[in-house]
Parts: sequence; C-alpha cells; structure tokens
Amino acid sequence: MATNASANVIRTGGGARFVIYTLLALFCIYYLLPLYVMVVNSLKPLSEIQAGGMMSLPHEWTLAPWRSAWSTAQIGVAATGLKPYFLNSILMVVPAVAISTVLGALNGYVLTKWRFTGDTVVFGLLLFGCFIPFQMVLIPMARMLGLMGLAGTVPGLIFVHLVYGIGFSTLYFRNYYQQFPTELVRAAMIDGAGFFTIFRRIMLPSSGPIAVVCIIWQFTNIWNDFLFGASFSDYDSQPMTVALNNLVQSSTGVKEYNVHFAGAIMAALPTLIVYIVAGRYFVRGLMAGSVKG
Amino acid sequence: MSMTATRRSGNDWLRDALPKIVLSPSLAIVLVFVYGFILFTFYLSFTDSRILPSYGLVGWQNYSRLFSVRAWGIAIDNLLIFGSLYIVICCVLGLALAILLDQKIRAEGFIRTIYLYPMALSFIVTGTAWKWFLDPGIGLQAVVRSWGWESFTFEWIKDSHMAIYTIVIAAVWQTSGFVMAMFLAGLRGIDNEVLKAAQIDGASNWSLYRRIVIPQLRPAFMSAFVVLAHMAIKSYDLVIALTGGGPGTATELPATFMYSYTFTRNQMGIGAASATIMLMSIAAIMVPYIWSELREKK
Amino acid sequence: MGFLDIKKATKSYGSVRVLHETDISVEEGEFLVLVGPSGCGKSTLLNMIAGLEEVTSGDIAIKGRSMNGVRPADRNIAMVFQSYALYPNMNVAQNMAFGLEMHGIPKPERDKAVAQVADLLQIQPLLDRKPGQLSGGQRQRVAMGRALVRDPDVFLFDEPLSNLDAKLRVDMRTEIKKLHQKLGTTIVYVTHDQIEALTLSTRIAVMFGGHVQQLGTPKEIYDNPANIFVAGFMGSPSMNLFPARVAVENGNAIARIDLADGAAASLPFPPGNAMAAHDGRDIVLGIRPEAITDEDGADRNSKAIHRIETRVEVTEPAGSDTFVVANLGGKEVTGRFRADVDVRPGNTFPFAVNMEKAVAFDPKTEQRIG
Ligand SMILES: Nc1ncnc2c1ncn2[C@@H]1O[C@H](COP(=O)(O)OP(=O)(O)OP(=O)(O)O)[C@@H](O)[C@H]1O
Ligand SMILES: [Mg+2]
Repeated sequence: MATNASANVIRTGGGARFVIYTLLALFCIYYLLPLYVMVVNSLKPLSEIQAGGMMSLPHEWTLAPWRSAWSTAQIGVAATGLKPYFLNSILMVVPAVAISTVLGALNGYVLTKWRFTGDTVVFGLLLFGCFIPFQMVLIPMARMLGLMGLAGTVPGLIFVHLVYGIGFSTLYFRNYYQQFPTELVRAAMIDGAGFFTIFRRIMLPSSGPIAVVCIIWQFTNIWNDFLFGASFSDYDSQPMTVALNNLVQSSTGVKEYNVHFAGAIMAALPTLIVYIVAGRYFVRGLMAGSVKG
Repeated sequence: MSMTATRRSGNDWLRDALPKIVLSPSLAIVLVFVYGFILFTFYLSFTDSRILPSYGLVGWQNYSRLFSVRAWGIAIDNLLIFGSLYIVICCVLGLALAILLDQKIRAEGFIRTIYLYPMALSFIVTGTAWKWFLDPGIGLQAVVRSWGWESFTFEWIKDSHMAIYTIVIAAVWQTSGFVMAMFLAGLRGIDNEVLKAAQIDGASNWSLYRRIVIPQLRPAFMSAFVVLAHMAIKSYDLVIALTGGGPGTATELPATFMYSYTFTRNQMGIGAASATIMLMSIAAIMVPYIWSELREKK
Repeated sequence: MGFLDIKKATKSYGSVRVLHETDISVEEGEFLVLVGPSGCGKSTLLNMIAGLEEVTSGDIAIKGRSMNGVRPADRNIAMVFQSYALYPNMNVAQNMAFGLEMHGIPKPERDKAVAQVADLLQIQPLLDRKPGQLSGGQRQRVAMGRALVRDPDVFLFDEPLSNLDAKLRVDMRTEIKKLHQKLGTTIVYVTHDQIEALTLSTRIAVMFGGHVQQLGTPKEIYDNPANIFVAGFMGSPSMNLFPARVAVENGNAIARIDLADGAAASLPFPPGNAMAAHDGRDIVLGIRPEAITDEDGADRNSKAIHRIETRVEVTEPAGSDTFVVANLGGKEVTGRFRADVDVRPGNTFPFAVNMEKAVAFDPKTEQRIG
C-alpha cells in the first residue's frame, strides 16, 4: 500500500497511542478467535469439547480427528472422509481457473486494443453477468447441463464456473490493459505483428501481475463456492464445501465437533495458503473486483 | 472507393474480424447463460411450473402467492434486518479500524493480514466455526459456565427471534476486514497537503477526521455500500452452514427461500418469482453503479 | 504525382470531422513537417498515413499505390512515437529486429542490419539493455534505430522530441537533420514546436482546426504567412499585429495606426508596394519583432526603414538580444534590440521599423492582402 498519507500529518500523543494499540490488539483477538477455536478443537478428543473445554488448549493432543475427517468420516451415504471431495475440488478449480483466465486476457485485450463500436456495451453485459443472483440461473442451468450430458459431473461444474467467471477475468484484464500504452500495440502493428503475435509477444510478457490477481480471485471464488456445488453435483462429484456441509449437518449419531473443525480447516487451507503467500495480490484482486469497475 | 479497397481477399476479412471472433464465444456464452437464462426464469415466474418447468401461463399468480406466503415475508424482514445491520456495522467497524491502522502503526502489515484473512475463507467454513462457537451446549455459553459463571446464557442461535443476529455476527466477522482495507486505501489516497493546511488552520485531530478526512471517503463508502448490499442479497451459504435457515424458518433469507421452494418443495413458479425479485433488487443497485463506472472511464 | 500523395483525405469520428479535405504531395527525400496547436489533427493525419486510422474519404498513396485498406505493416513505412513505444520485455537489439523478424527476414540478415544501424546511431553499447535501463535520449535513439533498420519508404515521426529536456532536444534536432541529409529519406514529422518545424523541414504544413492553413517552405511560411493564424503561430516571439488603415500619399501606401491620444502614427510601405491599390481599407498590419529594432541595428539593405518614437514599457534581456515591449496605439509591440543598447522602461525611445518586412491581412477574412 502507499505511504501513510494522513498519518504523516496527524500526530497522536502517548496515551492515545496506548489506547490505539490496545484496541487493535483486541480486534486481532476477535478475528483470530474462530481460527483458534477451529485449530485447538481439531486436535483434542471429543470428550474435552463436550466437557466445556472449547477455549482451552488440548489436555491430550491427538491427530485422530484429522485422520477421521480426511479418510473415514461419514459424508452423506459413504464413510469416505473428505479426501475424494478435496480431489473433486482440485479437479474442478484448476481447469476452470486456467480457462477463464486465458479467455479473460483475450477479452480484455480485444476490448482495449481492438476497440469497435459497441465494445463498452459488450463489456457492460459481461460485467453485469458477474453480479446477478445466481438463483436466477439455477433452474435453466440444471436443465442445460442435463441436455449437454454434464449433469452431476465435475466437467459440468467446471463449465458453470467458467461461464460465470469470465466476467471477472475480463474485468481484471480490461482494466489492466487499459493502462497498457496503445502506442506499443501500434508500433507492433507497423512492425508487421498480427493479432495473436502482439498478444503473445507484447501483451503477455507484461501481464504477470494481473494474471496472478485474476488467478487468485478465481481460485478463491471457485474453491469457496457452495451454491453451484450443491445444485449441480452428485454424490461422487461434490466439491469440498458441499461435502464439509454434509459432514457438519449430518443428523445421525454423535456430533463429532473435533472432526468438523478438522474438516473445516482442510476446506480453508488452500485459500488460506494462497492468502498468506500472495496476500498483496489477493487484496488487490478484491479491491479491483469490487471497488473499481 | 479505390481499386485495392474493393479487391480485398477473404484473408483480409478474417484478419479484420479476428478480434471480434475471439470475443464472440464469451459474448455468446454470456448472452445465453446469463441473459437467456434470466429471460427463461423470468418467463417461468409466470407459469404453473411445479417440480419441472411447465409452460402454462398463470399471469401474476406466482407473485401474489409469493407475497402471501409467510416464509417469504420472514425472508424479506430478515433481509432488511440482516442487510442494514450488516452494512452499517461493517462500515462503522471498517472505518474505525482503518483510521486506527492509519496512525503509523508498527506491524501494520501483520495486523492487516489478521483482519483480512476471513475474506479468504468459504462461508461454509465460517458458518461451521461460528455454529459450534455459538452453540449453547459446547460453545461460548458452556465455556463461560465452566469458568464459574453458572447463570450465563447465550442462546441466540437457538432462539427464533435472535438467530438472525448470529448471522450478522458471523457475516460481519468475515467481511469487516475487507471493508477496512477499502477505507484504508481511501485514506491513503487523501492529499497530504490539505491535511497540513487544515492543521495549520488549527483543526484538532477529531475535527480533522470529521470535517476533512471522512467527507473525502465518499467514493469508498459508495463502493463499500454496493459490495455489501450485493453480498447481503446473495447471502446463502452462510445461512445454510450456520443455521440451515432455522430454527424453523427464523433465519430464512430470499436466497434460501428460492432454493427450498424450487428444489425441495417443488414450487418452481414461486421460486422463479422470488429469484426475479432478487435480481430486480440487485439490478437496482448494480446497474447505476456499473453505468457510472463505465461512463467515467470514457 | 509525388512520392507520398494525400488526396482530398478527410477524417471523421462519428459526425465530428477532425480533418477536412487535405491535399499534400510529398516528393522523395522531402522533410515535411506538420505543425499546429494541440488537437489540430496532426497525429490523426500521420496515423492515416501509417494506416493506424482509416481514411474516412479521399485517398493516400505511396509511390503511386493507393494505401486504402493496406495494413500498416504492408505500407513499408516506419514510425517513431512520442513515448518511443519500445517493447519493454525485449532488449534493444530485439526491439530493433522485431519488425524484420515479423517480415520474415532471416536472423543473420537481421543481425547485420541491426549492427549497421547501431553503428550509425552509435548505440552499439546499448544493444543488450532493456528499455527500462535507458535514459530518455538513449530511448529516443533506439526508437529511431528501430525505424531505420526497416529501411522504409517513408519515416513518420509523431512529436519524437517532446519528452526530452531542452538541451537534449536541440541536440537530437541537429542529429535528425544530419541523418536526413545523409540518408536522403522521405520524412513526415509532427510537432507543435514551430522552431523544430522551421529548422528541420524542407516544407511545412501549418494546421489548425483540421485544415491545412498553409503549405510551403520554411522561408515562405515565415516571410509570407498566408493568414493571421500562420503569422501568429510561426515565429517566437510572435508577429506584432495591429489594426491600421491604408492611406495613399503621392502614390505610395501608408499604414495609419490610431493612437490612444487621438493622434495617428504613420508607417509608409516601401515605394511601389501593392498596398497602394487599397486606399482607405482597414487592415491588420503584421511586423515581426526583428523588423522593429534600435536605429543602429536596422537592416542596412532595407529601403523602407521608418523611425517612430514611443515609450518603452518592459525590457526582456535574452542574452544575445533584448526584447523591448512598447505601447503603440494601445497595443503592445515587441521589438528586438541588440543586447548592448541602453533602453530602460519608462523612457521614450526611437524605434526603427523595417516596412519591407511588413505584411497586411484582411481583418474579416484574416487572409493575407499584401
Ligand atoms: N478516437 C477519437 N474519437 C473522437 N475524437 C478524436 C479521437 N481521436 C482524436 N480525436 C479528436 O481529433 C482531433 C485531432 O486529434 P489529434 O490527436 O490528431 O491532435 P494533434 O494535433 O495530434 O494534437 P496533439 O498536439 O495534442 O497531439 C482532436 O480534437 C481530438 O479530440
Ligand atoms: Mg498528437
């Protein structure tokens, strides 16, 4: 982020600074609390939680809840653990992110460097598609996937995420390429480069930062999706979020809270890791996606 | 027209059309799968569709039935309560944290990371964590009681009057850090010299913020409002994970209502009508916003 | 028919016409400068020659071949951009060779051409660097190198020097001129700097509001401006313009300028001047600052030096000369004095006006009369 603009000017006294730091620390606790709860309780036996020890560290440390959540817990009808669903999510996310990023880059390139009458309308149409409530497309999409023979399959989910991810990818690349000097494209045209050559040789080598932002955004969004997963998948094609919800909501037997917490962390880990490794780009993506259209 | 212009080969045509050809699959997909589907669902909302789409037109019947169903009334009331609290609290908290963080804080980057990480989580994960943390049997209430305060009670999540507020708590936890980041970016964009000038004029810190800084955050407020309102209307996952819409129908929101009416209660016509109303309300917020953003860019 | 022919070319964006019917014919080896204030359509015309903008109507032909519908790459032109437009991810050598590569020239030939041009421009040490590692002047050279390597029919320059600092700008100006003289290439060069236009060109097209106001050699443009716009735009400080009336005495024309106090100053045109045919006509009289001097600095060869006394308001020493601002008939007049003349603001001082250099315009049409 940029420099501390207002802070350079506004000075606060020692007493005030103590209050500020205390408040900031309290909010750190607030934001970290649920994570703490998830982690410590995923490492203790169920009996400790039932005895009202949710906030304390485990007396007896155990990895059993993790093992159970991963490979043996009852999900829906089968006691498979979350592992197959984790794989489903990976199989779904990777192609969906890759394809939508490539399409978004090409679209952004056309919309900024090969402008034509009505291009803003096209972009507006793509953009509004990002923000519709997906309830509006659930019914026809279910039928369409059936017609295409993709109902209840991972490829079907990939397709759905692709369709509703293009808008954001295009938004990112368009806004980025808009800043890219058009004179470079013109110079390349005069040099004799065609549409794809310019894209590959001139635009792509400078697109690293926005590609990272776009990939992170799409990855997070698609990994975290629940609605499409719940609507369009079968038992064997469910993504992680749906499986986690099934695990937690299952009404049979004792509630194994420690297993639920372990499962929740598993579902959260991929996006958390991305956030921690590439937090800067993650924030930029959030801002670009929601603040500046 | 000159000779060469009329003698253009198919190759030239292809070359000129290439950009549009590249764009067309995306446009076609969006036209069919967004706008075509919107029209389809809109059409269904005027039909007698039940478990499957059916094409007998029934006029406005689905809409009048929708507004007479108790669950929809609850969903709308809940959305108003949840939406307004969610937006207001996120904005107030986000702004406060942004201002606190903007005071040359050591480890600012670290603290920002902590405030923002919930945004990376799935609402299902957030819902699961808060569901058990707020559960009277094992969560906060049980913990406080085990510490010796035997009469401590916190059962909102089981209380049909209060359950909607637990959704506000979890949703605020997830999003307020992001709103903070938006305001922080806004604060960082304010011109230093204006502040210096005001300080020379003798403004106190408090009046500096109230009179000069916060008014300049208008665009950030606008963006935060649009993002939060849009998220509120679309809220689905969190409710499913946290309360499942219960107790009873106490935490029903339009999104959960649509889903259950369409897919579990086989009232597709009514479901489509409710989806249409959701779309209208989002469009009312997003269309002017997108419009103004695209016009500015020209 | 010339080497590069612009025939009745127009350009419209929607209903807005930004370039009106333009006819320019450029001979091989000419250095044509398009000059004019911002927004007058210079870049638009240049981009039309390059093929980056379509021609709305009319035609542009290079070597007699119509360029309508011909891709920029197939016009055998090269262009140097204001921002240089060097590809940031390629090094200097790759930048220069890119156009050849796109035209399918084999690598050994490309390397040879690059080496030759690098030698010519003395940029061999830079060949391995990325554009980000170059100074502004170096980037400028590389951009020119990239154009030269292509050995095109026509070079197009769009304000290539405007991003350089003043000193470098003058150096590069000289260098471009030398290159042109050495290589004898055909150049179309856009600038809004009239000094660049005058020093570099073999011909100048002065543009304003989408019209070519005047097309001619630098000397024609400077000495015989076609209208008030050209007169005012070319030359620095710009030409003095004041309303006057023509009177004829003994067959010779005199420009009479009403002064504030009701009197009138008289400036006789040289004997036999054609203005004698315009007795009584209102005109706008134009005299360049260098034609208004101190008496000893006046042009000895001129037969129409006229002396006029007026009060000095401001003096602006500029090193080699001193510009003296005086008040004549309520209008400011700038004269150019030798630097060592002792003029002080507030004093009345004799000015020598060289009426051989005076021009007259119609106040309504703003066109040249004589
Ligand atoms: N794409 C466009 N759509 C509409 N009007 C345009 C477009 N491009 C240029 N114009 C208009 O055409 C006119 C000429 O523009 P041009 O770029 O040729 O000016 P210029 O003489 O090069 O000016 P400058 O010295 O500022 O570069 C301007 O008034 C400009 O606003
Ligand atoms: Mg220009």
